Amino acid sequence: MTPSGLFSLVPLIVLLPVLGLLINLIFGGRMPEKAIGAVASTASGLAFVVAALLGYLLWIDNGLAVVIPFADWIHIGELNVAWNFRVDTLSVLMMLVVSGVGTLIHIYAIGYMHEDVRFKNDIGRYRRFFVFLNLFIAMMMILVSGDSYLMLFVGWEGVGLCSFLLIGFWYEMDTLGRPSWANSNAAKKAMIANRIGDFGFLLAAFTMFWWFKDLSFDGIFSQAGTVAAIAPGVILSITLFLLIGVAGKSAQLPLFVWLPDAMAGPTPVSALIHAATMVTAGVYLVARSAPLYTLVPQAQTTVALVGGITALFAATIAVGQYDIKKVLAYSTISQLGFMVAAVGMGAFVAGMFHLVTHAFFKALLFLSAGSVILGMERGHHHLLQHHGTQDKQGGHDEVFDPGDMRNMGGLRKQMPVTFWVYLIGALALAGIVPLAGFWSKDEILADAYIKFPAVFWMLLVAAFFTAFYMGRQVWMVFFGQPRHEAAVQAEESKPVITIPLMILAALAVLGGVLNLPGLHGLTNWLGHTIVGVEAGEFNFFVAGLSTLLALIAIGFSWWLYGRRPLLAGQKDPLKKLLGPVYTILERKYWVDEFYWATIINRYVDVSRFLANVVDGRFWHDFVHDRVIAGTYNWISKIVLDQRVDRQFIDAIGDGLGVLTKRISTGLRRLQNGFVRSYALAVLAGVVIILGYLILK
Amino acid sequence: MNLTLILFIILATVAVVSAIGLLVSRNTVYAALFLVINYASVAVFYLLLGAPFIALVQVTVYAGAIMVLFLFVIMLLGADKLPKATVLPWQRPVAIGLAALLLVEGVFLFFQRLKTISTPLANPDAAVNTTESLRTLGMALFNQYLLPFEVTSILLLVAMVGVIVLTKKEKGEQG
Amino acid sequence: MAGTIPLSYYLAISAVLFTMGSLGVLVRRNPLIIFMSVELMLNSANLAFVAFARSFNVLTGQIFVFFVMTVAAAEVAVGLALIVIIFRNKHSIDVDLMSNLKG
Repeated sequence: MTPSGLFSLVPLIVLLPVLGLLINLIFGGRMPEKAIGAVASTASGLAFVVAALLGYLLWIDNGLAVVIPFADWIHIGELNVAWNFRVDTLSVLMMLVVSGVGTLIHIYAIGYMHEDVRFKNDIGRYRRFFVFLNLFIAMMMILVSGDSYLMLFVGWEGVGLCSFLLIGFWYEMDTLGRPSWANSNAAKKAMIANRIGDFGFLLAAFTMFWWFKDLSFDGIFSQAGTVAAIAPGVILSITLFLLIGVAGKSAQLPLFVWLPDAMAGPTPVSALIHAATMVTAGVYLVARSAPLYTLVPQAQTTVALVGGITALFAATIAVGQYDIKKVLAYSTISQLGFMVAAVGMGAFVAGMFHLVTHAFFKALLFLSAGSVILGMERGHHHLLQHHGTQDKQGGHDEVFDPGDMRNMGGLRKQMPVTFWVYLIGALALAGIVPLAGFWSKDEILADAYIKFPAVFWMLLVAAFFTAFYMGRQVWMVFFGQPRHEAAVQAEESKPVITIPLMILAALAVLGGVLNLPGLHGLTNWLGHTIVGVEAGEFNFFVAGLSTLLALIAIGFSWWLYGRRPLLAGQKDPLKKLLGPVYTILERKYWVDEFYWATIINRYVDVSRFLANVVDGRFWHDFVHDRVIAGTYNWISKIVLDQRVDRQFIDAIGDGLGVLTKRISTGLRRLQNGFVRSYALAVLAGVVIILGYLILK
Repeated sequence: MNLTLILFIILATVAVVSAIGLLVSRNTVYAALFLVINYASVAVFYLLLGAPFIALVQVTVYAGAIMVLFLFVIMLLGADKLPKATVLPWQRPVAIGLAALLLVEGVFLFFQRLKTISTPLANPDAAVNTTESLRTLGMALFNQYLLPFEVTSILLLVAMVGVIVLTKKEKGEQG
Repeated sequence: MAGTIPLSYYLAISAVLFTMGSLGVLVRRNPLIIFMSVELMLNSANLAFVAFARSFNVLTGQIFVFFVMTVAAAEVAVGLALIVIIFRNKHSIDVDLMSNLKG
């Protein structure tokens, strides 16, 4: 490890976004919107520059990993965790993706949020968005640059927090600005599902500490072999616990349910966090833990199966959705399944490659979807201005959803730029050569064909569905006739929105260059960090099969949606075709309802029981009120008040008075004013004294 | 049994009887007259004891002046019989008891000191009943006891003034 | 003439008279009678004085009696004046009615 002087710039990747968010937090109230956005984007952009510099330094240094210590953190007993920055090929790759795509999304968000805060009528909230975005970049950087599982976990939790904050950005209102708790509920769901994953991660961390007495990567990986020999179950349990974390963060079965709901957040959030970066943290985790996973083939099988099943499952659901972002959300889950399956099988390079390309085209797709939504909202706004509060088609203004594909149609005429970039993104996702998605997805399929055939077939079918639903989406949104007045009035978005889209589109086209078969750029790059990567060979059979299936799927979607474009109010033709199956897909296999019935409602029951019976009736009513307060009251009222105070002390007090009165009443009889009695008293005195003298 | 003793016994009887008469008589005038008799007997006692001056002063002052004064006031106030006592019914028996007790104590003392007080008193010799004794008395009175004598005169003055002031009628007061 | 009367006889008679006088003070309700009983008591005391004077063969006793008589006279004068005044106010000489000191 040769720490070159410039390597010590690595903390800047975290500190620059933090600086950005602090500037916006403290001075943002006095800055104009453009300035706030500029500060945030610059912070992210500079982080990208530093990451690029680090990448260059690594490249000329032949990819040797460097650890830069930053701060001492925990020194308790045997636990020694310091905040070190790890600069190696894998982490730099992630840094570049996060800051690169992140900066483009920051720029996009300047324009997007400008319109969104005006739609929602809360201009002051603009600053908050960029503070949160920068916080996210900082946290993600901590995640990927950490040198130990604990530092990774700090970033892991941090991005979970930012996800919560950003999903629930409009926490008290829905898309149209009416009061609603839907967004906060979605944020809560994300937090809770992520928490379950975090629990798994923590169990893994505890096991690691128990067995390795160390949480740093180098420390654990060096000891992994010896521990595996002594107690093989340990590594298996660690990897499986980590898998729980991956399932939570990267939205795999069974914890994926938060990702579709997370679409409630603003579109830049969906693009950045829930497509390009945060959800890929799980994939990064598995890739980073490669030394552990390669020791336990059973864990690898489990991970690959989870990924494969998730990919297929989510792809089928995406077919039945009609919200533009929901389709993309399930698509993300499905693609994450691809990535997880890849790294699970041991095809780490393929998985990371797909991570990078997916970041490009999925971010592109989400941002373009955002552009479409903005266009629909603008159109709707025009509608309200010209025609008052009454909607010409479909009835009341209240139920207009700008993201509903059934309201769209023919938008390629109104929004051409958006159309073209969306088309590029869709084709990339479907895996059409020579776009980026083809190369990465194909590498995964090729590796799966060799290593894990069952998963290969699952992924292949999922790829078929992927192409199908993307085609369906493109035909429904951009072709045919507008099915709503708002679509008629839709307008193209401003350059600040369209330019990042175009850049991403270019990346989606050219991204395949990263790991073209033959050049194997990424394989070599990652080979410095991950042990045992092999350059994959180009498998013509697999490539041809997947391309053929994709074209068939696109053709099928054209036959259903493109040939006879959907008219307003017409039912989805797939519904006619599949009937009840379609309903199952549309209702997402009732997974959420299932969770509600079995887990959440039972939890609520327990919670209610604890609150009402244990806390309310037992603790409060019985212990507090009857036992404690009752005893106290009893002591106070009966013992002290009645017995002690009234009966005893008052008796003494009153008694003294009564005694005095009685004595005085008695003595008063002496003073009766009669001379005779006084004389008697005198004589009595004489007699007594005389008697005393006699007797003395 | 000699004459003196007989005389003594008679006088004692008279004195005691008249005292009893004073106690029980309902008529105030009778009571005053009984007292006069008592004074008279006591005066004779004084004579027996050889104090002629005192005996005659007794008759003059006590029986003569004081009792006359008493009788004047009795006449002034009327000698009506008082109605029966309405208050303090218990006082009479207690008083009688106390007096009896006093008498018992007296008797007790009497018999306790019998030895010391049984000195027979000599008959007064003739010199006593002459002007000689009177002279001696006067000499003592005006030489040794001059101060008390003068003070007594002031006392009498005070009494006189006091009586007059007390009984003076205020302006407008009904008599 | 033989036989003299011992001192004790005179003292006896004095005590008896005194007792009867005190009884009169206590029992009677007519203030005049009460006053007269007081005089009786004084008188008995005088008798004792004179008897002792004879017994010790000094004149001091007699002089004392002299003064007692003087004082008794003054006292009677004042006392009777008071009784007269009270009669003026209360129109009765029942001692039991003079209970203003009742408290």
